[in-house]
Amino acid sequence: MTTGELSQWHATNPDTYLPPGLAEPRPWQDGLDIPYWEAIERDELVVQYCDDCKAHQWGPEWLCHRCHKFDLEYVKVEPKGRIYSWERVWHPVHPALQTSCPYMVVLVELPGADNVRMVGNLIGDPMRPVTIGEEVEAVFEHHKDADPPYTLVQWQRTRD
Amino acid sequence: MSDHPMRGRTAISGLGETKYYKRAAAPDGEFKMCLEAILLACEDAGVDPRDIDGFASYSNERSSPDRLAAALGIKEMRLSNMFWGGGGGGGSGALANAVSAIISGQCEVVVVYRSLAQGQFGRFGQGAVVNEINNDGKWTAPFGLMSPAQSFAMRVRRFMHENGVQQEALRAISMASYFHAQQNPRAVMHGRELTEEIYDQSRWIVEPFHLFDCCMENDGAAAMIVTSVERARDLKPEPAVVLAAAQGSTPRNQAAAHNADLYATSNFQHVAKRLYEIAGVGPEDVDVAQVYENFTGGVMMSIVEHGLCAPDEVNEFFTLENFKAPDGKMPINTSGGNLAECYMHGLELIIEAARQLRGQSPNQLENPEVALVASGPMVTPVSSCILGVDR
Repeated sequence: MTTGELSQWHATNPDTYLPPGLAEPRPWQDGLDIPYWEAIERDELVVQYCDDCKAHQWGPEWLCHRCHKFDLEYVKVEPKGRIYSWERVWHPVHPALQTSCPYMVVLVELPGADNVRMVGNLIGDPMRPVTIGEEVEAVFEHHKDADPPYTLVQWQRTRD
Repeated sequence: MSDHPMRGRTAISGLGETKYYKRAAAPDGEFKMCLEAILLACEDAGVDPRDIDGFASYSNERSSPDRLAAALGIKEMRLSNMFWGGGGGGGSGALANAVSAIISGQCEVVVVYRSLAQGQFGRFGQGAVVNEINNDGKWTAPFGLMSPAQSFAMRVRRFMHENGVQQEALRAISMASYFHAQQNPRAVMHGRELTEEIYDQSRWIVEPFHLFDCCMENDGAAAMIVTSVERARDLKPEPAVVLAAAQGSTPRNQAAAHNADLYATSNFQHVAKRLYEIAGVGPEDVDVAQVYENFTGGVMMSIVEHGLCAPDEVNEFFTLENFKAPDGKMPINTSGGNLAECYMHGLELIIEAARQLRGQSPNQLENPEVALVASGPMVTPVSSCILGVDR
């Protein structure tokens, strides 16, 4: 398989890294992560923060895993990170991905937020070599046509 | 020597396996195969199936004890136990639960079993096709990270980065399983040799996993009869004594969006330490290891975390020669395991460990005394066990 198919997808659909048809994210029904989804819709990256421990937490939990304080606030963090790990996916395990392999998934740690981690796609040529530790910045991928609309946080190399 | 109350008190007496099939190739359904495996295990042990008084399984086993007990005419059921947690992480944990029930006097004859017909009930390797997602999958699935291979590749890549591991180390694991399967007529991949060239040229599933780094998808069933060691001595086969079985997890191992405290891990650090303490043996005493291969990277980290190889020695130690039975430094997966015998969610690995101690393996070591099994790396919880001989 070559990179051609994904490149074609990118050439004609510059707004989203992967094609439509994957499961759309929704907040927990109990509302735990609603502040996150609302923030990234405004191009702001937020994670949970415990004011007692002075420490960030991700993913969202109802309490601080360190001190068990409930109802942590969501705070804005610098949308910059480092690649902590990566994988290049070649085998489509979902019908929506049949024509978009290979694609690149990265695990990004946020040095400005106690190195909490987030999963996203690495925008750009999926065949370009990746180095763990590379600096990346967030790209807010808005799916405005979805019902309801939602946003995904993607990543691109800072130096590009 | 450990004086832990679990050590050496119980034994695996009966081993039962259906014929193993490629996915969707079984002529029988999952429940029927489960019954067949249990009856075979009872026949092997020399116990009346109606005397089974406990059932222990894992991974949301579909063949439930209520239905099995009715079908088998069980005289008195005293235990119906499910190990909570996904994948094969509960294999040795189900054994641990059976052992605990026997030692505490709840049961006398427990069957540990697993039945799996991926042809009948759907495949593990596919992403779910749903319109929306509001559980923790939402932090990964919209980015095309949704299958087990994709979930674990990220951890394995980080481990390889931290320890400078080369792809050849993963290849050696796969080669060992396929090598051993060639001597095992039961193995689904019997007759399908794997060479370095075939491995290298096989397609990527998700880097760093080639096709041959991934377990198979199969149909079949397997079962083991567990009893007190005293009762086991009166039964037909030589007992494989349970020296230890342990289960658990490192802190926050499944924290959402890959935020585990210890990330590049198979999740065995705490379990392995406790396992050896219970068993009263150390890594240096292990003669043969059956190490669950969901993916070869999990085998790599399990071997390291059970102390069989230092993390900075993986490239040198992980060779086919070292992994081969009977004479390698650390023979692994001597029946072919999940990669090449059958993906019976790792229950076949515990059975193979018992077989080695009985002297009945298709790749038999010379008088092994201590066999290690690591069940289902990289999930929460994981479990492992150590079996020994009755001397």
